[in-house]
Amino acid sequence: MHEQSTDAEQLIADLEEVYETDYEVGQDNIERFGLDMHNPVFFISASLIVLFVALSLLFPEAAKDGLESTKAWIQVVFDWVLLSAGNVFVLFCIALILLPVGRIRIGGDDAEPDFSLVSWFAMLFAAGIGIGLMFWGVAEPAAYYTDWYGTPLDIEGYTEQARPAALGATMYHWGLHPWAIYAVVALALAFFSYNKGLPLTIRSTFYPLLGDRVWGPIGNVIDILAVLATIFGLATSLGFGAQQAAAGIGFLFDLEGGLPTQLVIIGCVTALALISVLRGIDGGVKLLSNINMSLALVLLLFVIVAGSLSAFVVNYGQTLSGYFQSILPLSNPVGRTDDTFYHEWTIFYWAWWISWSPFVGMFIARVSRGRTVRQFLTAVLVVPTLVTTVWMAAFGGSGLDQIEQGIGQLADGIGDEALVLFQMLDNLPLASLTSLLGICLVLVFFVTSSDSGSLVIDSITSGGKTDAPVTQRVFWAIMQGVIAAVLLSIGGTAALDALQAGAVSTGLPFTFVLLAMCVSLALGLWHEHQLNQAIEAVEV
Amino acid sequence: MFERIMVPVALDHADRMERTLDAAADLARQYEAPVTYVAVSGKVPNAVARTPEKFAAELDMFAREQGSRAGITTEALTLTSNDPGAELEKRLLEGIEKTGADLVVMGSHPPGVADALHLIGSHAAWLVRHSDVSVFVVR
Repeated sequence: MHEQSTDAEQLIADLEEVYETDYEVGQDNIERFGLDMHNPVFFISASLIVLFVALSLLFPEAAKDGLESTKAWIQVVFDWVLLSAGNVFVLFCIALILLPVGRIRIGGDDAEPDFSLVSWFAMLFAAGIGIGLMFWGVAEPAAYYTDWYGTPLDIEGYTEQARPAALGATMYHWGLHPWAIYAVVALALAFFSYNKGLPLTIRSTFYPLLGDRVWGPIGNVIDILAVLATIFGLATSLGFGAQQAAAGIGFLFDLEGGLPTQLVIIGCVTALALISVLRGIDGGVKLLSNINMSLALVLLLFVIVAGSLSAFVVNYGQTLSGYFQSILPLSNPVGRTDDTFYHEWTIFYWAWWISWSPFVGMFIARVSRGRTVRQFLTAVLVVPTLVTTVWMAAFGGSGLDQIEQGIGQLADGIGDEALVLFQMLDNLPLASLTSLLGICLVLVFFVTSSDSGSLVIDSITSGGKTDAPVTQRVFWAIMQGVIAAVLLSIGGTAALDALQAGAVSTGLPFTFVLLAMCVSLALGLWHEHQLNQAIEAVEV
Repeated sequence: MFERIMVPVALDHADRMERTLDAAADLARQYEAPVTYVAVSGKVPNAVARTPEKFAAELDMFAREQGSRAGITTEALTLTSNDPGAELEKRLLEGIEKTGADLVVMGSHPPGVADALHLIGSHAAWLVRHSDVSVFVVR
C-alpha cells in the first residue's frame, strides 16, 4: 500500500515536471517611463504598424493591389485548406465535449467563475461578432436571395428554395464554425494560462509542442502576427464602421454623411472606449455588454412582433431546416461549382474569423475561468449559435418577407449594403426610433471591440501581464482610432481596403497556427487528465 | 496615534521597497501598531506566482519575514481582481476598509515627465485624493 502511494506520488511529480518552465511572466519586459512592455514584441509590433500605415498612405493603390491580390490568391488557392480547417475545428470541439477531458475545470477543480452566466454570454458577443450581426443580419440573407453576389450552391435567386438556402447559408457563416474557431483559441489560452500557469499570450499555447523555445523567436513571431492582425482588423473595421454609421445617420436625419461626420464618429467611439478601458473589465466592457444585450433583445423582440409573429415562426423553421440541410454541402471542399459564393463569402469569412481568433479568443479566455471544458465548449458553440438562429430568422426573415412582398426599397434589390438594416426597419412601425437604437447598438459594439482589443493587444505586448499600467491600453485604444482616422482622411477607402485585405490575409498562416494549437491543446488536456487521475488515486 | 498600518506591496518589486518597509516598521514600533501588507493579484499567472492561491501564500511568507526581521506584528491580505491593471487603486481602497487601517505607508516615485504625460498619475497620488485615512508617501 505504502509503495503504491509513493509510486503514484512519483507519477504526479513526473507529470508536474513537464510544465515546470523557468520562464517568469514579464522577464523579457522593459520598464521605462512607468510602462512595462515585452521586448521585442512591443517594439517590433509598434514599428511594423507605423510602417504599414505609412506605406498604405504613400502608395495606396499599390498597397491595395498587392494586399488584395494576396487575399484573392489565398481565397482561390487555399480554399480547401481553410474550409477543411473550419470543419476540423468544429469536430475537434465536439470531440472534446464528449471525451472524459471535458470534465477538466479551467483554473483547477476549486476555481469559481469570475462572471455570472448572463454577463459572460453578453461578453462573448462584445469582441467582434456583435457588430457583424447588426450589419449582416438583414443584408446577407437578402444578398443570397436576390443573387446580389453569388448564391449558395448555385440555387437560383428569387425562388422558393432560395429562401431557406439564403437563411441556412447565413447561419452556416455565423453559426458553429466561427464559434468553434474562437472556442479553440479561447480554450487553449485559458487552459494553458489558468491550469498550467503559463503567461496569457498566444505563444504559451504551443508549450507542449515547442517547450521552452516558445519564449524565443518563434514565439515572438506568433505574438507579433497576432498583434498586427488584431490592430489592423480592428482599425479598418472601425474605419468602415464609421462610414456605415455615417451613412445610417445620413439616411435617418438627412445629414451629410461625409468625412467630418465619420471622423466625429471615430472620435466618439475612441473616447468612450478610453473611458471604458480606464474603468476596467467590470466597470467597462462588462457593463457595456450587458447594456448592449438588453438593447439588442429589445430590438429583436420588436422586429419579431412588428414583422408579425406568424411570419417569424415560419422564418425560424426555415432558418433551422436551411441550416441543417446546407451545413454538409456547404462544408464540402471538393467539386464546388458555386465559385463566387464559395470564395467571396465562405472563404473570406473563414479567413476573417481565423485572423480575428487571437483577439476574440483571448478576450473570451480572459473571462472564462472557473468553467469546465465541457461547459465552456457547449456554451461557446451552442448558445451563440442558437441566439444567432433567432436573430437571423427575425432580421433576415423580415428582410426576405419585404423583398418577396415588394415592400420598400429592399424590393429593388441591395444598393448600399450598409443601409439594408435601416431600409428593413424603415417599413416597420416606429422606424426612426428603432433605427436610432440600431445605430446606438453598432456604436456601443464598436466601443466594446475597441476596449477588448486594447486589453488583448496589451496582454500580448506586455508578455502576458494583466497588471501592466493601464496607460498602455489607453495607448492601443488611441492607436486604433488614429489609424482609422488617418487612413480615412488621407488614404480613403483604398487604404482601408488595403490594410483590411492584409489583416484578412493573416488568416492563412493562422490556419496552420490554429491546427497546431489543436494538437497542442489535446496534449495539454490529456496531460491534465492523467495528472487529475493520479491525484485522485493518491487521495483514495 | 495610529492603530493599524497598511502597506501596499508590489511583490514583484519588493527589492525596491526597502525604504518604504523600513519607514513602516519604524512607525509600527513607535505607535505599537500592527502592519498589514496588502497586495492585489490578477487571476492569470503573473511575475510573482502562477495562481492567485500561490500568490497569497507568497504574501503570507513575505509578511512573516518582515515581522521577524523588524520585530513587529504583521499580517497579510491578498485581494484578487479580474483586471488588476485597471482596478488596483480601487482594490487598495477596499483594502483600507477591510484592514481597518488608519495609516497607509506606500512607496512612490518622484513625479516626473511620465506623470505629466500619463492620463493617470501615481497610485499613491490617487489614494491621497480618494481615501480619508492618513497616507505617508515614501520616495
